[in-house]
Amino acid sequence: MSGSGLRARARRAVADRDLARALAGATDHLASKRAQVIDGLDNWEQLRHSARAVRERTIAHLPEVLARLADRVEAAGGRVFFAADAVEACAYVVEVARRRGAQRVAKAKSMISEEIGLNRALEAAGLEVVETDLGEWIMQLAGEPPSHIVAPALHLSRSQIGGILSRHAGEELSDDPAALTAFARRRLREVFLSAEVGITGCNFAVAETGTVCVVTNEGNGRMVTSLPSVHIAIMGMERVVETWEDLDLMLSLLPRSATGQALTAYTTMVTGPRRSGEVDGPDEFHLVILDGGRSGILGGPYRAALSCIRCGACLNVCPVYRQIGGHAYAATYSGPIGSVISPLLFGGEACELRLASSLCGACYQVCPVMIPLQDLLLSLRRDAAATANRSERWLWRGWARMWSSPRWYRLTIRLAGVGARFIPGRLVPRWGTGRDVPRPGRDAGS
Amino acid sequence: MAGADVSFFSTCIVDAVSGAVGRAAVRVLERLGHRVTVVAGATCCGQPAWNSGFADEAARVARTTLRALEEAGDGPVCLPSGSCATMIRVYWPEMFQLVGDRASATRAERLADRVVEFSELAARGPRLPGKFPKRVAYHSSCHMTRELGIVDQPSGLLDGLEGCRRVAWASDLCCGFGGTFAVKQPEISVAMADAKIDSLLASGAEMLVGCDQSCLLHLEGRMRRRGVALPVRHLALVLDQAWEGPAT
Repeated sequence: MSGSGLRARARRAVADRDLARALAGATDHLASKRAQVIDGLDNWEQLRHSARAVRERTIAHLPEVLARLADRVEAAGGRVFFAADAVEACAYVVEVARRRGAQRVAKAKSMISEEIGLNRALEAAGLEVVETDLGEWIMQLAGEPPSHIVAPALHLSRSQIGGILSRHAGEELSDDPAALTAFARRRLREVFLSAEVGITGCNFAVAETGTVCVVTNEGNGRMVTSLPSVHIAIMGMERVVETWEDLDLMLSLLPRSATGQALTAYTTMVTGPRRSGEVDGPDEFHLVILDGGRSGILGGPYRAALSCIRCGACLNVCPVYRQIGGHAYAATYSGPIGSVISPLLFGGEACELRLASSLCGACYQVCPVMIPLQDLLLSLRRDAAATANRSERWLWRGWARMWSSPRWYRLTIRLAGVGARFIPGRLVPRWGTGRDVPRPGRDAGS
Repeated sequence: MAGADVSFFSTCIVDAVSGAVGRAAVRVLERLGHRVTVVAGATCCGQPAWNSGFADEAARVARTTLRALEEAGDGPVCLPSGSCATMIRVYWPEMFQLVGDRASATRAERLADRVVEFSELAARGPRLPGKFPKRVAYHSSCHMTRELGIVDQPSGLLDGLEGCRRVAWASDLCCGFGGTFAVKQPEISVAMADAKIDSLLASGAEMLVGCDQSCLLHLEGRMRRRGVALPVRHLALVLDQAWEGPAT
């Protein structure tokens, strides 16, 4: 009974002291940088309200906006593929790479490609895939998925990272960040120069011009979109804005919320393939737009979750995420937003994530597009209650019957008081393993 | 401000294991000039079931409490809990709507305007003289802080006590109680308490003070298990002691 997936993973995570240290340091760092840069703005709340309105407006007529986007991408010489699910999306990408006779694929960071398992699909087709975002590359070498939407290797310490890169290098590297970065740069440069296909995610696609916007801090996004002869961008169908004006607003929120930067080091805009007269850029450009369950969310009570711009701010402030880290969620998306969208997109085991929250509301407070995450989590719990196992249902029914009667209420309260006085704390299941039981008249009230 | 006829809803946690908090809160309000009636027949706000997804069950219990609170009078309804106050003020109308009970939803909306959290009401009263020479860590509980926006009132009351100093610490970090979360995910809940307690211990505080007895019992239970002997007090107990004066 106590061996449920989330609890078992959480138990392992909270027992891992290295993880606790890395998580505390990294989330504190990101959250405080965010707070600093936002403290310097006097219109942050206004920006949040505007951003929510823009996102809601776009999501409300998503099919038309996506149709316009597809038109513009094609007008710019690119190709657009609407993928219903992960299988279709992967098959399309593999097919493009095959047709071009590619051996090697360079990737910039993309959570969508994690969601659809693209690396596995490409490798199964005999291609070599190399992640070129430093954190993502480290995770690829470690054979693990990213643990954070924005900072994939956030859960690792410097020495752990040194170990992973040393194993890859076949020699002992120092764990000095500058040395490790220099090593990564040398290795990844070979990849940029030799890859025939470049794959990126898409922070925002701008419908009015068919432009794909990718924000990075390492410049790898720019390499991947300009050096290989084919560029494939993959996006969830909700990651679209209508105009450059909307993009401007989103870009004033995303880097600040994600990393506490007014702007990231590189904001790359790509519109179609290389045009005649241009010196660099791919000769093929593809945009893969993934549904993957999103259209099912569109018309329902969870629509606000599609407003998410994947900044990761809710992860950094979430007291649950800060204790267990991303891997304990066992889903591509972790933290509060992951606990909402993972059950909706993936179902199955991920449904349990509705319980990975104390409903403290810290997530909503920082969300740049004001998604009411705790309300959506509550709603997921209500949906689950409708099909809850019989024992939990009867427990609440019995409780409701007793506590809707003042007389029964007084009786059970008295019994609870007596129980608390005499039952040894350690014997109280689920409470007593880590906490003493309050003693009436003694604790916090004597 | 002239005293009002206050209906006091002690809440289930206080009724079950922290009766002293309820008695202290009533004394404090009376000292501020209010005439206080403890509402008989009020049971629970329904929050445990509501947060677990069982809206019908939550509404069933809340209906009993709604009726009792309405019958108790027309003045302020005071609760010694930011979390229960949030449930009534913010979530009751939505909850009753959701289960299709529009009549109760309308009544709940009317009641919501009268509901006050303990420190909120206490801070409106005259500032009474009192001593409390201690360094205290104030726990700014989640719903009270983020949903009701009640932060300055409890801090102001503590700062108004002679000798009382509030320390800087992770005051508004969730303690990990979260209602049934504390037993559904005990490992995460306890780890969250530990993060809070570590910050508390590093702050140099001599006492932990808060306005939500549920958070405090969870933190105190964890502290005892860890062998930490720092006292934990609801704000009502602190004010009751400080305003009592040295002689009594």
